[in-house]
Amino acid sequence: MAEARVIRVRTGPRLWLSGAWLTIIALLAILAPLITPHDPLAQDLMLGKLPPAWVTGAEPGYLFGTDSLGRDVLSRLISATRPALIVAIGAGLSACILGSILGLLAGFFGGWTDRVISRIVDIWMAFPPVLLSILLVAFLNPSLQSVIIAIAIIDWTRFCRVVRAETMQQRHMEYVESARAMGRTRFATLLREVLPNVLPAIIVLLSLEMGIAVIVEAILSYVNLSVSTDQATWGSMIAEGRGIIYQAWWVLLFPMIALFLTVLAFSQFGEGLKERFDPVLR
Amino acid sequence: MTAYLDIANLSVALRRGGRLLRSVSLRVEPGEVHALVGESGAGKSMIARAVFGILPNAVKIIEGDVTLAGESLTAMPEGARRLFIGKRAAFIPQDPLTALNPSKRIEQQICDRLVHILGLSRKDAHARALALLGEVKITSPERVMRLYPHELSGGMRQRVLIAAAFAAEPRLIVADEPTTALDVTVQKQILGLIADMQARHGTALLFVTHNLGVVAKLCQTASVLYAGKVVEQASVQQLFSKPQHAYTRALMAATPRYDRPEESLKPASPELIAALAREVADTDAAWAKEHQHA
Repeated sequence: MAEARVIRVRTGPRLWLSGAWLTIIALLAILAPLITPHDPLAQDLMLGKLPPAWVTGAEPGYLFGTDSLGRDVLSRLISATRPALIVAIGAGLSACILGSILGLLAGFFGGWTDRVISRIVDIWMAFPPVLLSILLVAFLNPSLQSVIIAIAIIDWTRFCRVVRAETMQQRHMEYVESARAMGRTRFATLLREVLPNVLPAIIVLLSLEMGIAVIVEAILSYVNLSVSTDQATWGSMIAEGRGIIYQAWWVLLFPMIALFLTVLAFSQFGEGLKERFDPVLR
Repeated sequence: MTAYLDIANLSVALRRGGRLLRSVSLRVEPGEVHALVGESGAGKSMIARAVFGILPNAVKIIEGDVTLAGESLTAMPEGARRLFIGKRAAFIPQDPLTALNPSKRIEQQICDRLVHILGLSRKDAHARALALLGEVKITSPERVMRLYPHELSGGMRQRVLIAAAFAAEPRLIVADEPTTALDVTVQKQILGLIADMQARHGTALLFVTHNLGVVAKLCQTASVLYAGKVVEQASVQQLFSKPQHAYTRALMAATPRYDRPEESLKPASPELIAALAREVADTDAAWAKEHQHA
């Protein structure tokens, strides 16, 4: 009883705090057009660089101030949750599925399968990731879709390596032999016996990858290679804020905080899930 | 009498390199308990794995045949063979710590087998699994069904594995040193349980072990294995009263006797080891000669 309580205290806040933040982000993304106080794209040059509401010189109705074109920072912040989440889920899942399948095959079957897949991973990882993603997006034409494709193409190796190592470890367990002895095919053994044991690692990694995808999207936005300029993103807001940091620090600061908290929440959420639901750890 | 399991002239080799099993032949009659005795590395586990067609990748059968219930397994196509073996034989692995899937509850592990092999419904499988856990003397089986393997002790896990092995009423069970990983008091209980279950179900048992005491107590016939070669095969009674091979005698001399504590254990003499090495080399030479023409 006492032991259970200790574990709860240890895992509780991590999972629930990160979960709460991600829920807020998800709700904002879904409801964005309904709840933004202003049109995130509406410019009003008369209202440029207004400070946040608690600083002298603020205008009522602009809680986090406005940028140099007079666009409402809060509205842009909210509207930018959408591309961030789409990229996190789209790119995270694609990289996860591609990498995990190859990692499972390499780790379980070994031999030639493993050698071929592992060499591809080695070669892949020799490319500098940020440069490669910039090249890829430039080549595919900047859009949310190509950002997702670029991240998946680059980051599947992360999953592949970890899943391969975990699978190899499981492959030599006697429960795998038992399953085969009772007449399961190799493939069924892999899916039904080995995969559930590798899944906790995959989930942690997926959550981490979603955070990374958000950062990569911000980087690509920063160099103006993500979505078009009629959609606000945290990266493009940071890029715009950088130029006017001495006159209007808030344009830079708020998207950075949003980015930071979201990435942190993704990574903590995965760890928390693992602690909570992995039967072996629990 | 036809043997239930008939291993004839089986040779297994590394894909690149020497033989690990040297023309092994052994027969297990229906309902019989046959011991497979030998030191570590003699190829005991290799035989067990060959029966189920789960040899490691680096190893393959180069000669011989395994016949189960009158059907040749080596001749059978892969898909048909898997189901054929699954229905008729079960495997109790060595290490109960890794032999249960850590991410599945006990219930699921036993039921999966019943559903897979016998095609039972989940509900029937559940009832059957409960009965099985009771049969292997697990108290409060309802509770154990809901637990994960890491929540059980080693002895409990081995009981679960025994229940799982007997679940689909196989006619042959291959037990690969099922008590090696357990402590001595638990070993005794588990051995008793296996003997009890075997007698009750009339299942043939191929019992892999290096413990001669267990052989004397549990088995009717035995094969003594050295370096992948069967050096002696006899009824257990005969084996203990009149061991034919020098290696068998050495193996017995290396077993502690509780009734004669003053006798020290005798390790195998250098002469014996040399003689064994010669015997193995001769076997290999004869085999190579025979296979030159083929």
